[in-house]
Amino acid sequence: MGRFEGGSAVKVAADIPSYVRCRHVCGASLAATRCFKFRKLVKEVSDEELFASGHRGCAGCGCTVAMRLALKVAGRNVIVTHATGCMEVISSPYPETAWRVPWIHVAFENSAAVASGVEAALRALGKKGIKVIAFGGDGGTVDIGFQALSGALERGHDFVYICYDNEAYMNTGIQRSGATPYGAATTTSPAGRVSFGNRTFKKDMPRIAAAHGIPYVATASVAFPLDYMEKVRKALSIEGPAYVHVHASCTPGWGIASEKSIEVARLAVDSGMWILYEIEHGKARVTYKPTVKRPVKEYLRMQKRFRHLSDEHIAVLQRYVDERWKEVFGED
Amino acid sequence: MPRRDVMHGSRAVAEAVRLCDVKVVAAYPITPQTHIVEDIAEMLANGEFDAEYIMVESEHSAMSACIGASATGARTFTATASQGLALMHEVLWIASGMRLPIVMVNANRALSAPINIWNDQSDSIAERDSGWVQIYVETAQEALDSVIQAYRIAEHEDVLLPVMVCMDGFVLTHTVEPVEVPDKEQVAEYLPELRLPHVLDPEKPVTMGALGDPNYYMECRKQQEIAMEHALRHAEQADEEFRGIFGRGYGLFEEYNMQDAEVVLVTMGSVAGTVKETIDMLGADVGLLRLRLFRPFPKEAVRRALSEAKVVNVIEKDVSVGFGEGALMTELKSVLYGSDVRVLGTVAGLGGRDITTEHVRQAIERAERALRGEKVEEVAWAGLKEEAL
Ligand SMILES: Cc1ncc(C[n+]2csc(CCOP(=O)(O)OP(=O)(O)O)c2C)c(N)n1
Ligand code: SF4
Ligand SMILES: [Mg+2]
Repeated sequence: MGRFEGGSAVKVAADIPSYVRCRHVCGASLAATRCFKFRKLVKEVSDEELFASGHRGCAGCGCTVAMRLALKVAGRNVIVTHATGCMEVISSPYPETAWRVPWIHVAFENSAAVASGVEAALRALGKKGIKVIAFGGDGGTVDIGFQALSGALERGHDFVYICYDNEAYMNTGIQRSGATPYGAATTTSPAGRVSFGNRTFKKDMPRIAAAHGIPYVATASVAFPLDYMEKVRKALSIEGPAYVHVHASCTPGWGIASEKSIEVARLAVDSGMWILYEIEHGKARVTYKPTVKRPVKEYLRMQKRFRHLSDEHIAVLQRYVDERWKEVFGED
Repeated sequence: MPRRDVMHGSRAVAEAVRLCDVKVVAAYPITPQTHIVEDIAEMLANGEFDAEYIMVESEHSAMSACIGASATGARTFTATASQGLALMHEVLWIASGMRLPIVMVNANRALSAPINIWNDQSDSIAERDSGWVQIYVETAQEALDSVIQAYRIAEHEDVLLPVMVCMDGFVLTHTVEPVEVPDKEQVAEYLPELRLPHVLDPEKPVTMGALGDPNYYMECRKQQEIAMEHALRHAEQADEEFRGIFGRGYGLFEEYNMQDAEVVLVTMGSVAGTVKETIDMLGADVGLLRLRLFRPFPKEAVRRALSEAKVVNVIEKDVSVGFGEGALMTELKSVLYGSDVRVLGTVAGLGGRDITTEHVRQAIERAERALRGEKVEEVAWAGLKEEAL
């Protein structure tokens, strides 16, 4: 597991007591409902749907939320590249498409490479002001697309890579990926008499991205839409490569009811299983600190993929979370 | 004014890329392609032309970036060889399936294992079904000219297919030859600016690379086949017009000493030089058909050209392991099916093994023996060390 090193210690935005901090946006104001900035931001969100409804995503799919909100921020002046995966398949069955912006899918492992070609072509043709977003699932990003992504980040292309992380290869039937959490049962890391599911911890991709020295890296969650959108906005506005890793629920993959999708994603953050932060020009900052740290067990219990876990394995996960929590927030 | 100069084949290719006003180059180095991408980098560094050069981290990404760039409407180039081409395999099919007019030079080199950097043509022949137009050249001059022609063919609205120009690694890439570098204005006259019917453009959003279910997939493939038929016509036309402007042309294949020849050797690429030399040396009544356009295969024209032949011996630098012969031999048998022409094969030059005039003489002799009705081997491996097997 990666660590926030002492030098780049994460600072909570302001020294306001956590229980009155805005849960949605800035961590710097009063409770959400009374938060002026929150209300203003909600008003600012575009009504325009550039990721159209009618796609084939499952009811309650958290990942489609990540597509839709990113485009709301990006607007029309964007070109999107996409890795093979659930979001690609559900959005583009010919002759239908959910994309109201120019969009290209080439293969599974090369969304970032395709984006570098698009970006270079825009520059070569003198087309200014058009943004480039590359989407990839966790498999298309942290596993098979890792090299292409690393290359594109290192070369400094002006683009935003958004990894929507549903923590397994969902498109092919819920196989484990390098982003699958410890203990999760997938079809290739099933729980059984002698197996507790996935044996490894999540690859810390955001920090690997940050290690490229790129100007902007952020983690986000579909359960925190304004926080996510603000990060996408920043990522798009900063020149050079930016990486946004958005945690996004998958109803069949996680074994949750469709109406619980956002609730579960929120609990991932409130339990510390997923932490929301950004690293801007090397400076790390937590963008949301849970007012109450919820036990990991609560998060696990809501999902079929963790249901088999014994107390012993849950304790392992809780320890993992506690360590990170302490490292990031500096308290237990 | 055209410029006459002596240069490596690689340099000739780089000159072509400059002349064609390529906008995006994405490439990854591999022997024997390296001089091509180095020469392009040098030209860009000296401001000889202006393009975006993406130094990608792999050939897979090189082709992927080319796809992105081409889909955005930029004229795009890359070059590779052997392992690099094999690494691109997946995306080659996507480039052609998405109908993107990318041009690539493949510096033909053997495939591992054993790892071997020398020339043969197994790498590009293994990609014959990838939907790319394939041109095999004999000289540095032809390499330069073929790259220019390649864009003309690829970008024609009835074609819109990627084109691979195959040149023998080292034999052509690293050999200095006299080359005439055409004038940039003349090339501009020959090669109009790229205008694609569909590009990634926020003004007019399109979805590219959609999922094609069983209701649609077959038609996409058939459309590629139709585009290949157009490519055949346009390759011929592009060559004729090229001849009109630049005074040189090559045809879809080259015929040498074919008049009344009952024995004909068929080959592709630089070894044609050795074959011609041998024919001249022996003063033999033997013809040579050097196939230049391998995909689309000019079946009709080849059938006509070989209609007077009795025995054909295909000398090729590839073998389909498990089928016992090279792909060109198999295809030629298919093209000549129903005729009386006997087709023999000679597997030669694998992994850079020299193909000598003596090997060619043996190939001719075997064909002549077959012509006399003697029993001969269907396929012979030239220069094989039997004792080492
Ligand atoms: C080279 C290659 N290997 C494997 C596949 C099969 N495949 C397609 S999508 C996919 C999983 C995608 O997982 P992820 O990136 O996490 O996206 P998700 O489907 O979960 O949204 C796999 C394994 C493929 N298309 N290409
Ligand atoms: S399988 Fe999961 S990621 Fe895919 S559409 Fe359904 S909910 Fe979304
Ligand atoms: Mg996934």
